[in-house]
Amino acid sequence: MDMFIKFLVAAVLAGTPLLFGTVGEILSEKVGHLNLGVEGMMSIGACSGFMAGYFSDSFAFALIAAALGGALGALIYAFLTVTLMANQNVTGLTLTIFGIGLSNFIGVYALGFSETGTLKLPDGITAHMRNIHIPGLSDLPVVGELLFSYNPFVYLGILIAIIMGLYLGRTQTGLNVQSIGENPAAADAAGIRVIFWKYFNILLGGAICGIGGAYCSMIINRGVWISNNVGGLGWIAVALVIFAGWKPVNAIGGSFVFGALRVLKYYMPKSVIDLPVAFYDMLPFLITALVLVISSMRKSRGIGLPAALGLNYYREER
Amino acid sequence: MNTQKLSHEPLIRVVKRTERPPRQVTLLRALALVLSILAGGLFILSLGYNPIEIYATILSGAFRSKIAIQGTVKIMIPLLISSLGVTLAFKMKFWNIGAEGQIIAGAIVASYFALYHSDWNHWVLIVVMFLAGVIGGGIWGLIPALCKMKWNTNETLFTLMLNYIALHIVDYLRDGPWKDPGSQGFPKIARFDANVMLDKVLGVQFGWIVALVLAALIYIYLRYTKQGYEISVVGESTETARYAGMNVRRIVLRTMFLSGAVCGIAGMVQATGSDITLTDAVAGGVGFTAIIVAWLSQLNPITITVVSFLFSVLEKGSSVVQSSYGLSTDCADVLQSIILFFVLGCEFFIRYRFVMRKKGGNA
Repeated sequence: MDMFIKFLVAAVLAGTPLLFGTVGEILSEKVGHLNLGVEGMMSIGACSGFMAGYFSDSFAFALIAAALGGALGALIYAFLTVTLMANQNVTGLTLTIFGIGLSNFIGVYALGFSETGTLKLPDGITAHMRNIHIPGLSDLPVVGELLFSYNPFVYLGILIAIIMGLYLGRTQTGLNVQSIGENPAAADAAGIRVIFWKYFNILLGGAICGIGGAYCSMIINRGVWISNNVGGLGWIAVALVIFAGWKPVNAIGGSFVFGALRVLKYYMPKSVIDLPVAFYDMLPFLITALVLVISSMRKSRGIGLPAALGLNYYREER
Repeated sequence: MNTQKLSHEPLIRVVKRTERPPRQVTLLRALALVLSILAGGLFILSLGYNPIEIYATILSGAFRSKIAIQGTVKIMIPLLISSLGVTLAFKMKFWNIGAEGQIIAGAIVASYFALYHSDWNHWVLIVVMFLAGVIGGGIWGLIPALCKMKWNTNETLFTLMLNYIALHIVDYLRDGPWKDPGSQGFPKIARFDANVMLDKVLGVQFGWIVALVLAALIYIYLRYTKQGYEISVVGESTETARYAGMNVRRIVLRTMFLSGAVCGIAGMVQATGSDITLTDAVAGGVGFTAIIVAWLSQLNPITITVVSFLFSVLEKGSSVVQSSYGLSTDCADVLQSIILFFVLGCEFFIRYRFVMRKKGGNA
């Protein structure tokens, strides 16, 4: 039982970076832009957040820098695909290669200035990244551990997912924005500022991905910089969008399920099932592939899939 | 006030233009390239280094000696082959992001023969390993195509997931069945027997000849054969293809098998010619860079050959920059993607033009 609770906690922690990436990508796809640059935007956010924290000693500044970094990556994508109508697949993929490269490059560059040969976040920041403690609530048996004792990122991620769910599904603006992803020409004719909202959503999505990246660089390795710290999570996030049916709130559960898959190898008793470690590492990707195939078999991919996803909008061609 | 506002045209309007003459198109692309090199230079400058010095080091680093040139060619081999592979799929607008996995799959199947049949006659073994690479990569490309045809499964994400699945299959083999018993517990696959190694021609494994031959073959295939023509028709519109009586399903399956197979060859050549063992870094991002190369080259095999050579110069050169300036080789990735960003952006100016609002508005 104790082990099981530990497993659930670990699943939430492993799922949180996915949550940011997934919600960010949903925002972008809802305006019709399939952004394969999630991994890249997360990497840029991971780098800008970490470096800002490292040099400024401020947790808030690190978060802002991570969001800005992600948004900046998204700006490259938005400018190329929205304004210059470049191919979305290729642009997104290039953004990923660019982001990973840039992040690793700057990491090595900054290491050159470090006397110890490592980059470790100052204690002033790691103090903020510790698990929260709410007197009374966090001390409750089971519930306290399961609900009230994570690091602040976890709550921030859930909060962002809920707010984005409300924004897209419950506000007039959000519904208007969703119509852009369905039929941009009709939205344009109805007086919705298509270009503005495309930029808005893509950039906001990038900022959220950036914060997810900061989780990878600041939390996962306990504040020590390593290269390739996002390590493919951005790609899982892109796939999770389908799993979540393009709904930010569903992404919360989806992320934690995939988080569970990522940590399963540490908690599965060898006496029950003894599988090679490589199989567990493969599991999230294997399940994602199966989800893709099964959801396409059931033709459920229509639910929530923006009709104009992947198509650039050229006003004069409507 | 309001009615006046309604009659206003936007300040800048985008209009599709009649096709530019080819010379202008080439000029625009060259301009994009120059701008991207300048942008890369600014980036280097912002880090406090002299961009001209760094660029010069990259160039001299790739060409400074016979060994350096051989190293550059060695980098080029898998890149060129897999760029050709993804080109086949991209021509058909099939978003094969799975070159990385197809490279690995080809390398895995070829490695089986390298490990367990190393006593075969050298040339028989090489032919068998070559075919093994074709089949491994081909099957890895065929799976997403089958699902796409049967259930319309999104190929972009599916091929991507297959990359990671292939990667972890290598890890599994390395940790378990194929673990080198002589490695004292350290998980790695044994070095291949000398009999397995691809022969050297002019000091580099003969994969470079394979790559050049493939470039010529695929150029001819796409340009002058019926199958190549079918690929471009399906790429333009599956409806048109169907209307013309083409069997779209068969064309997609065949092309994706070929696309994967060519990438599989890249994996076989890399494992048996350069690495002389199988590691999970056998593809090492080449499959992704290949997509950049193919797209930059407008899916033209001749241009792909040139671009993949230039990219290899960049890769090799940045490893020299790393050793002499301490700047990471990731620099090459950054520069390559900056180049593609600019070229992607420049396509807009080839197809469209801006029209400014006429003075006084449109009454």
